[in-house]
Amino acid sequence: MKERIELPVRTRLAMFVRMLAIQGAWNYETLLGNGIGFCVEPALRLLPGGQGGDAYRAALARQSQYFNAHPYMAAVAVGALARAELDGEAPARIERFRTALCGPLGSVGDRLVWAAWLPACSIAALAVFGFGVGIGGVLLVFLGIYNAGHIALRAWGLSAGLEHGMKVAAALGSPVLRQGPAHIAQVAALIGGVALPLALDRVIGPGRALFGIVLAAVALGGVVLARLHGRAEGWKIAVGLLVLFVLYSVAR
Amino acid sequence: MTDLVQLLPLAMLGAVLGLDVVSFPQAMISRPLVAATAAALLLGDPVSGLLVGATLEMFALETLPFGASRYPEWGSAAVVGGGLFAVHTDPGPGALTVAVLAALVSAWIGSWSMVQVRKLNARLARKQHDAVAAGSKRVVEGLQVFGLTADFVRGGLLTALMLAIFTPIQAYVLATWATDPRVSRAVVVGIAASVAAGAVWKVVHAAPAARWLLVGGVALGLAIVATQ
Repeated sequence: MKERIELPVRTRLAMFVRMLAIQGAWNYETLLGNGIGFCVEPALRLLPGGQGGDAYRAALARQSQYFNAHPYMAAVAVGALARAELDGEAPARIERFRTALCGPLGSVGDRLVWAAWLPACSIAALAVFGFGVGIGGVLLVFLGIYNAGHIALRAWGLSAGLEHGMKVAAALGSPVLRQGPAHIAQVAALIGGVALPLALDRVIGPGRALFGIVLAAVALGGVVLARLHGRAEGWKIAVGLLVLFVLYSVAR
Repeated sequence: MTDLVQLLPLAMLGAVLGLDVVSFPQAMISRPLVAATAAALLLGDPVSGLLVGATLEMFALETLPFGASRYPEWGSAAVVGGGLFAVHTDPGPGALTVAVLAALVSAWIGSWSMVQVRKLNARLARKQHDAVAAGSKRVVEGLQVFGLTADFVRGGLLTALMLAIFTPIQAYVLATWATDPRVSRAVVVGIAASVAAGAVWKVVHAAPAARWLLVGGVALGLAIVATQ
């Protein structure tokens, strides 16, 4: 039986640091592909023949082709693909595995991070701001909580990928990944409800005399924008409204 | 903001925070709450930056950076907004409105500029396709470094350009602003909170019991406001 190549801590660390820049060359043709090759590269130096050898060059070429995934969850792919290459799996199998990884790593990451974790942390920070906490506290809550999850997810992904290789699919069945988004959304709903009036109250300053009217307008505006979901973006509508308001305020 | 001593540090900050949006390290230091505060800190008034940042964060709640979709670039944009608001020691009644509008316009243009960098990356990747297919370490790393550098430069230029454009506009608008301070603030904050309310609902609506949790949260929030 072929001996399993273990990665030195320095190599794992190099891969992890490179993963922070995995989207550095993101483009509309190869998407995340070059970034995957860039991140896997330190591990490929351990292949027979070392850096620049035939196995190294073939593997780097394979790993730098088109790839799409959530940038944090791509850590799973980086680990698993590095393990597959080091285990000497057949190139055709690795390419099929690589293609199969794209969909799940994209959808799981989008649901967990972009649609749940990031907005939840943002809402939590707005709530803390609304409670009157100072700058340090607000930023600590937002950056601290968000990046605890961010770094942990990347570290877990790399570790799971390296451990399981081409059998990493089982790790993606983790309850955190499957049920996490729904639980995070529930917490975000409660905190979001608390955060909105509190943040509004703190930002409104001299407009506090009109708080009741503003609150009613916000409720109405929120309902309209929620109903427009997918057909119009609130921030773009806001640009138009603010331009009109500035023109009115200057011209009157 | 015609002073280079103020403009250059803000442009550098815009470059660093613009890079964080997608390329490196996506630690969300580019979110408005952080970026606007950091910009205002450079000008000596971080509290003003936090105010603009919180307002912009309400807009940013609606725009999430899904994959290849186009989304506003908040890092550089929030530096523009935070910088414009904090540069005045005594901002007038329309200052928050102008700062927020400048940031939203910058975020929109920033979105376009990110697409241009991605197209540039694609052109270079196509040109280097054979070298990548041959497993050239130098080329794979070179493409990555080029993309990072281009994004850094993009963020810096965008920040400097937007500050240079909006500084005189802001001066003119604030000098001629005629709306009551209470109404001025209420309008901009009301619009921001409306977008945030719609965004929160979009984020949570599919979760079990989200409707009741949200309503309960709002009731609790209003009770706290009433007792303050």
